[in-house]
Amino acid sequence: MPELIRNGVRIDDSFAEAFPMSGTGILITGPNAKWARQAAQTMTGFATSVIGCGCEAGIDYEVPPEETPDGRPGVRALLFAMSSKDAEKQLVNRLGQCVLTCPGSAVYSTVPGEFEIKVGDAVRQFGDKWQMSKVVEGRRYWRVPVMDGEFFCEGKVGLTKKSVGGGNLLVMGADWDSTMRATEAGVAAVQSVRDAIAPFPGGIVRSGSKVGSKYKGMGASTNDAYCPTLRGVTQSALDEDIGCVLEIVIDGLTDAAVSAAMRAGLKAIIDMGPEQGAKRIGAGNYGGKLGPFHYHLKELLP
Amino acid sequence: MKPFTLKLRQEPPQRVDLSILTPDRLAGLSPAQIEKIDIGVTKFSTKVGDIFEILPGDLKNLRYEGGSSRFDLIGAKLLPDFSIHVDGDVGAQLGRLAHGGRITVAGSAGAYAASGNLGAEIEIAGDAGDYLAAPLAGELSGMAGGRVIIHGSVGSRAGDRLRRGVIVIEGSSGEDLGSRLIAGTIVALGETLGRVGYLNKRGSLILAQCKDFGPTYLDCGAHQLTYIGLLSRSLASVSSSAARLLSGKLRRYGGDTSVYGKGEILTPMEG
Repeated sequence: MPELIRNGVRIDDSFAEAFPMSGTGILITGPNAKWARQAAQTMTGFATSVIGCGCEAGIDYEVPPEETPDGRPGVRALLFAMSSKDAEKQLVNRLGQCVLTCPGSAVYSTVPGEFEIKVGDAVRQFGDKWQMSKVVEGRRYWRVPVMDGEFFCEGKVGLTKKSVGGGNLLVMGADWDSTMRATEAGVAAVQSVRDAIAPFPGGIVRSGSKVGSKYKGMGASTNDAYCPTLRGVTQSALDEDIGCVLEIVIDGLTDAAVSAAMRAGLKAIIDMGPEQGAKRIGAGNYGGKLGPFHYHLKELLP
Repeated sequence: MKPFTLKLRQEPPQRVDLSILTPDRLAGLSPAQIEKIDIGVTKFSTKVGDIFEILPGDLKNLRYEGGSSRFDLIGAKLLPDFSIHVDGDVGAQLGRLAHGGRITVAGSAGAYAASGNLGAEIEIAGDAGDYLAAPLAGELSGMAGGRVIIHGSVGSRAGDRLRRGVIVIEGSSGEDLGSRLIAGTIVALGETLGRVGYLNKRGSLILAQCKDFGPTYLDCGAHQLTYIGLLSRSLASVSSSAARLLSGKLRRYGGDTSVYGKGEILTPMEG
């Protein structure tokens, strides 16, 4: 395999294999940035992987008061699921349990998708017939009386089936500290790209998985080829200078957002160089037969 | 491209029904054909050509150069993405049952302006007559969408049976503003007469000037409402004084409890 090297960092001639997802996004505003952020954090909690959480969600970016519909600070959160039905169920549940409950919050649609999820139209019933509907500039909102005033929520939120989930970068370094340094820089770059999120803790997953297991009924298990402690005893994908692997997983509203996020992440990790950061960057795939979206690292290099 | 213009030749001898002169209904007609359209409402004939000189142009934007208080039903059933501008006064039922689009009037409008409006943006620089956005006799609900901005004053029963949408009145309002409100929002910056919000079911009346709303409106305290913040920003480009009124805390009076009672009157704190 001809080796690609950028700024001393080895780049695998590999690709990330990603899948179509149903994606939606909401803007949550609050009386101040702290409480807008709080609502978004709570709503996107326990949403790292569709396998166990039902959806993947995260904070996309913060919105200054001048740019929100109600003039209050806001946070844009994205949510992805394997089907539009799952996305709807997850969004309505999370909105009802995490955003409706959060002091001062209000919710607006931000994704002009092909489909719509009825969110306010579901949450409104909490108002026990005291809720009021308001249409402003063709968009319907609900005012639901709650103990700190009113929960203000748009009736419908856009949903797109053109979203992509599973863009990824495998960051490989000599030890935990240097690998983490590089991965954190990569995550920061990924998070600066709009319409894309990294749903795992701090944007990073350390327990990458392979398909299948030696146990019956387990669909996925640890990716032993990338576990540094098994380097000598398994069919390892790791070189001798690799002591730690961390992965950044990326979901985006569009194919373009995922490739832009991967491109930004790659650049940040490469810019740090192999002494301070990662020695090698790879990407996870299943041979290319399962997912229709392929992001080849060599095409995304700076 | 220049707008399709109807230039006033003379004041019409009778009231005229201009509902036919909307962009979608004029499409495909030649100026000669348009001139022959009868717009009179009596046994005497009045044709478009008698009243207007036609200057062809982009039909998406229709422009009346010169108006008259006898011009009824301008922009009736107007469709989205079209616009009509009247450089003068208009008669009754401006924008009646309009589905969308934008109607601007440089002068004043007669009775039943925006009656049954379903989604149009209607802006009147002068005054509007009685029954702004109200239903005609026998209809169950009034305006059901869109936005109406009146920079002058309005007559009585403005916003009667309003069901949806936003009405802003910068000047004073006649008797019984927002009577029988079903829902929707009315912002009134000037003086109001008579019973305000009489038999209000679920509508919002926002008044710059507080008064006695009677025993069927109950004080719910002063609040900073997110909806009001959104409305303020939405109205900033069309009425800066309305946007200013909506920028602070408002005292909420719930009512009208003589009926369904889920509506409200909101007024500034000092009220």
